[in-house]
Amino acid sequence: MDYPIDYRYSREHEWVRLENGTATVGITHHAQEQLGDVVFVELPSVGSKLEAEGAFGAVESVKAVSDIYAPISGDVIAVNEALMDAPELINSDPHGEGWLVKLTVFDRSEIQRLLNADQYTKYVAAESDE
Amino acid sequence: MTRVRQHQTQDELLVFERSSPGKVGYQLPALDVPAADPVEVLGKERVRESIDGFPEVSEVEVVRHFTRLSTWNYAIDLGLYPLGSCTMKYNPRLNEAVARIEGIVDAHPYQPESMAQGLLRIQRTLETYLADIAGMDAVTLQPAAGAHGELTGLLMIRSYLESQGSPRRVVLIPDSAHGTNPATAAIAGYETREIPSNREGMIDLAALRLAADDSVAALMVTNPNTVGIFERDIAAVADILHRQGALLYVDGANMNALVGIARPGDFGADVMHLNLHKTFSTPHGGGGPGAGPVAVKAHLESFLPVPRIREEAGGLRYDWDRPKSIGRVRAFYGNFGVLVRALAYILAHGGDGLRNATVDAVLNASYIRRGLEDDYDLPYNAPSMHECIFSDARQAKYGVKTGDIAKRLIDHGFHPYTVSFPLIVRGALMIEPTETESKQELDEFIEAMRAIAREVEADPRLVRSAPVTTRTNRVDETLAARKPVLTWRGTPE
Repeated sequence: MDYPIDYRYSREHEWVRLENGTATVGITHHAQEQLGDVVFVELPSVGSKLEAEGAFGAVESVKAVSDIYAPISGDVIAVNEALMDAPELINSDPHGEGWLVKLTVFDRSEIQRLLNADQYTKYVAAESDE
Repeated sequence: MTRVRQHQTQDELLVFERSSPGKVGYQLPALDVPAADPVEVLGKERVRESIDGFPEVSEVEVVRHFTRLSTWNYAIDLGLYPLGSCTMKYNPRLNEAVARIEGIVDAHPYQPESMAQGLLRIQRTLETYLADIAGMDAVTLQPAAGAHGELTGLLMIRSYLESQGSPRRVVLIPDSAHGTNPATAAIAGYETREIPSNREGMIDLAALRLAADDSVAALMVTNPNTVGIFERDIAAVADILHRQGALLYVDGANMNALVGIARPGDFGADVMHLNLHKTFSTPHGGGGPGAGPVAVKAHLESFLPVPRIREEAGGLRYDWDRPKSIGRVRAFYGNFGVLVRALAYILAHGGDGLRNATVDAVLNASYIRRGLEDDYDLPYNAPSMHECIFSDARQAKYGVKTGDIAKRLIDHGFHPYTVSFPLIVRGALMIEPTETESKQELDEFIEAMRAIAREVEADPRLVRSAPVTTRTNRVDETLAARKPVLTWRGTPE
């Protein structure tokens, strides 16, 4: 899997894409692969404040329910309503149509602390070797 | 050639789909009181002319309908039921005979105490035995299941800490925990924090020391844990918590590995629950209900649910005067019939018998582990207790996952093991045989699993499409979860 080079990645397997002060957040290809078929997504409401590393929602697959952690802090300005009817978008297009929330960014240094595509690819490979 | 089957009907209709209008399956005796007009007595709006979908069938049709359905099922009375973490042990018929004794089966919860002394004695005796088995000081029998016991335990921990002037907001949960533990902590109003496991599959003590501060109310831990491994450092875990004024909650789901050998009270537990439907052979799953008694150390005794049973000169009495109690957690006295069966099991075995059951449960799991470790990947090397956990790492190379192997096991005549749990093992196969299985049954299971491992290499597509011998082929679990249809919508044309 090639991870997009313009995204940043958390060790909890979320990605962030920054565009004009807005951050789009989703879960990575590796995360959806580990979860299996996603059947339900619980997302915060627009306007809620997320704190970096805090749980902000949950992804339910046929195997388990997993918390989703905010890779950065920010205010939720949009959630992906399409996931309510089609949670499978997370499996079919995790880095695109399967996005979860859009945030306003307060602190760009939080993004700098995340992994780049190369580092994340190595991180996933090391985790798989365990 | 078609094989002989119980009945040609292999696609059983729902009972109201079998209905023939006007068919009557009963005969009432002649009325020996003056007839009353329901409309006059009850009012027109309360009297129905007909009931939609009410099945009109004869007695034999009802009996056959449900008997045929029962033959579609798999049960512990048919064979090994190796669902890991569930302890699907045999339910001895002796338990059923005892539970059907007249004075027990016809007992009523409103019976006055003076006429219920035997029933109170059953509860009191069971409380005493469970406390002794757990190494604890007092027991409530009220909770109706394990998770209910967890909630009861956490509510007592909350009341206790508040009475100490030290209310706290965090409950620590190891990453190998049963999902009910964090769910219970959340329902009880606590924030949960996860403690990682180390490479041996046990609680990471360094991580626990960092997390255990004065905001922590308790750690909830299952021992042996869900990887089937005994938490060797459990006494140190208890010590770290107690130094911070936090309590140790032990989830007794895996007590089948400890009874008669080790007692949670001796390794530091403050509160714990026991699953009678697992460890003490009462019916499990659809055959329940369950029972999840909670045992506490003396410092928590005054918080136990009311009523407590008190021994007085005139006999046993229910004591409601317990001002610190968290209150009642269940109507009446818990699932009483289940309590009777558990007591029958304990008395029939005696101390030595219970200990033997534990030893055999561990022996059986170890035997299966040895029988399968050449064919399946073993993620943790520490000794297995009452269950063993493999991963599908070798089979995944052929595109076959734990769920596929489990489905194929149905074709080989066994109920599947537990799939994809615990979550810390990728592609887990969790196998718990319990003590009741013979070597012959275990050998047949091992042979079936080894045959599947060979099939994975020779014909992975066959395993991925399993089950192929069942009445219904593989069902689409993902579609069922994404678009659940929870009500009857008629038979498709």
